[in-house]
Amino acid sequence: MSEQKRHPLYAAAAERILILDGAMGTMIQQHKFEEKDYRGAEFESWHTDIKGNNDLLVLTQPEVIYAIHCEYLQAGADIIETNTFNATRIAMTDYDMQSVSKRINVEAARLAKQAAEEFTQKNPDKPRFVAGVLGPTNRTASISPDVNDPGKRNVTFDELVVAYEESCEGLIEGGADIILIETIFDTLNAKAAVFAVDSVFERLQVRLPVMISGTITDASGRTLSGQTAEAFYYSLRHVEPFSFGLNCALGPDLLRQYVDEIAQIATCPVSVHPNAGLPNEFGEYDLSPNDMAEQIKEWAESGLVNIVGGCCGTTPEHIAAMVKVTSGVMPRKIPELQVRMRLSGLEPFVH
Amino acid sequence: MTQQFSSFINIGERTNVTGSAKFKRLILDGDYEAALDVARQQVENGAQIIDINMDEAMLDSVQAMQIFLNLIASEPDISRVPIMIDSSKWEVIEAGLKCVQGKAIVNSISLKEGEALFLQQARLIKRYGAATVVMAFDETGQADTQQRKVEICQRSYQLLTQKVNFPPEDIIFDPNIFAVATGIEEHNNYAVDFIEATRVIRQTCPHVNVSGGLSNISFSFRGNNPVREAMHSVFLYHAIRAGMDMAIVNAGQLEVYDEIPSALREAVEDVILNKRDDATERLLDIAPQYQGDGKTAQKEDLSWREAPVNKRLEHALVKGITDYIIDDTEEARQQAEKPLHVIEGPLMDGMNVVGDLFGEGKMFLPQVVKSARVMKKAVAHLQPFIEAEKSSGTRSNGKILLATVKGDVHDIGKNIVGVVLQCNNFEVVDLGVMVSCETILHTAKAEDVDMIGLSGLITPSLDEMVHVAKEMQRQQFSLPLLIGGATTSKAHTAVKIEQNYNAPVVYVANASRAVGVCQKLLNQQSREKFAIELEHEYEKVRQQHARKQPRSRPVTLQEARENKCALDLGKLPDAPKELGVFPVTADIDTLRNYIDWTPFFLTWSLAGKYPRILNDEVVGEQAQLLFDDANAILDQLAQTAALKAKGVCGVFAAANIGDDIEIYADNKRNHVVGVAHHLRQQTLKPDYPNYCLADFVAPKSSGVEDYMGAFAVTAGIGEDELAKCYRDDGDDYNAIMVKAVADRLAEAFAEFLHERVRKEIWGYAADENLDNDALIREKYQGIRPAPGYAACPEHTEKQLIWDLLDAEKHTGMRLTDSYAMWPGASVSGWYFAHPQSRYFAVAKIQSDQVEDYAQRKQWDITTANKWLAPNINE
Repeated sequence: MSEQKRHPLYAAAAERILILDGAMGTMIQQHKFEEKDYRGAEFESWHTDIKGNNDLLVLTQPEVIYAIHCEYLQAGADIIETNTFNATRIAMTDYDMQSVSKRINVEAARLAKQAAEEFTQKNPDKPRFVAGVLGPTNRTASISPDVNDPGKRNVTFDELVVAYEESCEGLIEGGADIILIETIFDTLNAKAAVFAVDSVFERLQVRLPVMISGTITDASGRTLSGQTAEAFYYSLRHVEPFSFGLNCALGPDLLRQYVDEIAQIATCPVSVHPNAGLPNEFGEYDLSPNDMAEQIKEWAESGLVNIVGGCCGTTPEHIAAMVKVTSGVMPRKIPELQVRMRLSGLEPFVH
Repeated sequence: MTQQFSSFINIGERTNVTGSAKFKRLILDGDYEAALDVARQQVENGAQIIDINMDEAMLDSVQAMQIFLNLIASEPDISRVPIMIDSSKWEVIEAGLKCVQGKAIVNSISLKEGEALFLQQARLIKRYGAATVVMAFDETGQADTQQRKVEICQRSYQLLTQKVNFPPEDIIFDPNIFAVATGIEEHNNYAVDFIEATRVIRQTCPHVNVSGGLSNISFSFRGNNPVREAMHSVFLYHAIRAGMDMAIVNAGQLEVYDEIPSALREAVEDVILNKRDDATERLLDIAPQYQGDGKTAQKEDLSWREAPVNKRLEHALVKGITDYIIDDTEEARQQAEKPLHVIEGPLMDGMNVVGDLFGEGKMFLPQVVKSARVMKKAVAHLQPFIEAEKSSGTRSNGKILLATVKGDVHDIGKNIVGVVLQCNNFEVVDLGVMVSCETILHTAKAEDVDMIGLSGLITPSLDEMVHVAKEMQRQQFSLPLLIGGATTSKAHTAVKIEQNYNAPVVYVANASRAVGVCQKLLNQQSREKFAIELEHEYEKVRQQHARKQPRSRPVTLQEARENKCALDLGKLPDAPKELGVFPVTADIDTLRNYIDWTPFFLTWSLAGKYPRILNDEVVGEQAQLLFDDANAILDQLAQTAALKAKGVCGVFAAANIGDDIEIYADNKRNHVVGVAHHLRQQTLKPDYPNYCLADFVAPKSSGVEDYMGAFAVTAGIGEDELAKCYRDDGDDYNAIMVKAVADRLAEAFAEFLHERVRKEIWGYAADENLDNDALIREKYQGIRPAPGYAACPEHTEKQLIWDLLDAEKHTGMRLTDSYAMWPGASVSGWYFAHPQSRYFAVAKIQSDQVEDYAQRKQWDITTANKWLAPNINE
């Protein structure tokens, strides 16, 4: 643990509210890439359609991804996320690209690292970090895909561990400073990710800070797999995360109460990167940079957060606005929790 | 120490094949359904954690553990509590850990096989994120004496906390509970050894917990449950005081310490605490006296029938039970001074409980409506007695007029609001549907109501509501006006209605809000405060609305037309086998297979996708009940044919001219029988065409022959009569249910007919083979947009469908002044078959298109502005 805690990230987080970057997908969309752009030269004759495989762009359009990273760094992000949300072997099955998964993770981390280092050199007082993203995959280890067969699963814990280990190794090889397990909607998937990450750390004899970020899917205040925010925290606390928080699904207005719930109990920094509101009927996100920053500011001033950023629909303008409103605001004070046995089912159980 | 008594944890033990013969049989027989019930009962009986054990020689334990845990994951009633994964085999434990998303407990590991394995397993448990039970067991065997128990636990503690960095609070020691009173002298001190070891362990190993398998202690009294339970209670009583803070117990079967007969308790205490050498014999002597107190068989719990009558009425109201309500009401009447007092007293008290539970989100709408049914039955029983006394009638909270506005026939939501208000002792004057402004205002005066509530579902109703508000202002009303219904919104209320009327105008988002709003409005003081709050809130909404930027830049109609959807004429659908108009009927049994249930639950304010909603943790139980009731109604409708479904569709030669579609009498295409007018999207679309439905038919100029269709279906013939029957019977629940089901059947009919059109009548997709889920997700080729909805939002176009199909003659369906369809459970629309045809929203249009449309429809501009208002003002 001490190795983790010496990481400069811990010092930075103690001083100020850290800024995470915003949406990658939203930025990529603006380029209106077509099938041929996704394919590039290397995958010109790939046997499936690959338009929409955004993670592959780190190989076929690296300069575009690099430029997006730079835009976010320019906007003031302390931590940028690798373009690997769907890069696990499991998610890559959609394009039959399991074999490319590892390379995407390595390259994505390398691209982000290159951008981050460039900015750190320009201003060494504001070191920039790369969070290697492990996404949720498109399968669920604790929810049945078939309503008539509730015991059925379309992925096992072991399959998830294998895939996450491979991605994690790639991210570390490419130079990631942090591992970020995000948009968790099924906690069992995340437990597999945590298991994999911990195994990889042991094998490689390294220990990077781990960020955990879950998704509350609707107003029920629960993850898709049914856990409350507190139960969810107890399920993943064993990885001793650098930070714990929420992202995606809701805009800041609806998310606030769950952030508050986590802020009360998490004995580590709290991170939030909400969407720019809920999508409208055209699937677009309407919340403007200033309106979003207004709400983020209130969270910061209420002492709820240590790390903020954006998810779907956010842009460098949103991030720049957040930098502005959080500058000079003290980060959330980390509470001391009584030593108790803290278990969970769908609900927390504290003894 | 007091804190430890209060936080003692019961761990359910029944889901254990080694401990429960019943559970073992169920698992061996593969009856997981019933096995889940065992788990559920444990949780219902108060187990805070459930222990699951599949260690049985005849079983593939790894597989059984996986199956059972995966099934539990789908049962929110069970999986809300943490799981204890119990096995003597590591592989079973590990398989279990891979199936639980929560933080579980492993039961158990120990030093039995040496330090290396112990530490390795502990590391893995930590990596899986679980707590663990550690047995007092080492390389030489299981600890039996106090000293051995303490030594092994202390050694384990040091290893775990120092070598693995295992959190001490996640360690649970099990210092072994062994049977006492076995007749073997060495066993006599086992309970004392456990209790005293526990005390030392808790003192010397900070933060750990102590647990044990309770039933072992009484093993020698198998078959005598009263004595066993007494032994368990006495043992726990002392062990808890020593620091034991959890135990595996049958949560439903624990005798209360103070209620054990004193002679038995004394004898048991002597055994447990090893107070005298002959303790075992003395207990054996008296044990038979307590035997035979077998458990009573499980049956319907009618214990509530023994409560006083007021409590019984409350129970019946909260639970929605009508079986005894007449008898109970009668009993209450006989006890009361006046029959009215029964209503004002126990019945209203009961309904207040219902209201509170509903307000706290502990009851759901369908339950409340059922409560209302019970209430109405009770009131109906009392009515003649009250009449006989000629008493002045019950004082209500207030009187509210409800109406669906002119031109609109939809009333499910309004009826639900009415029932909820009545439950809360408001007097409701319900004028029904299609009520003119004059009737509303005249009745409001005549009946001296306290406020008016308007409801509507179709977009023209919004304008009618504005009209009512203006009239109220003109006629100098000061009554509060409530606005509700699917198309209404806070923004519309703030921007369009509220500014036209000087008394409070309140947007009520759903039925559960109605009571709170009405109560605030009726009290003069709170009304003023509420009105000021509303004024501020609406002002904010109006400012936001004014600031709102258009999502994308508007374009001129000409620019939009230049970016039309270019139809691939190479992919035209096959020509229909036969053109013309085809009446169709369908029976309920066929249609019910096509029902999309998700919106049905929304009608009842239960949100969630079918079928997942049936298992939803919060609303699942209610959803299932509702679903069962709906299906019961469907069964009944199928038998009695009280509800009829009729429809008609037509397939026509057609051609596109601009944004219109010419429809011809036959394929000679020289006689135009009608022109359909459509609207075009008019905002900048860099990636897509600016769609208009007319684009989906081949242009006349191309010379290519193309076709389109139209349909009108209803499943509501008889719905009003049926609903009225129920309502007259005091059964609002089923009155609403009939309409909700009829609505679903009408949509199902549209789905069913569309499929027939694709596969047979037009036949352009004869080979299509889709299940209902795929149908609901619209996986087929072609669309059926309905006038009044997003792609063709202008309602008057329905008239053309009626004319083309002679719909009234074929189906009895009619159009109202506002072009709402009667009966309410009806659907009509167009068919487009080209593979490029798709749903879209016309959204905001500009004045050039309004003028163009007016010209095409031969309207003056005022008429056009009226009918296109929703798209002009968006």
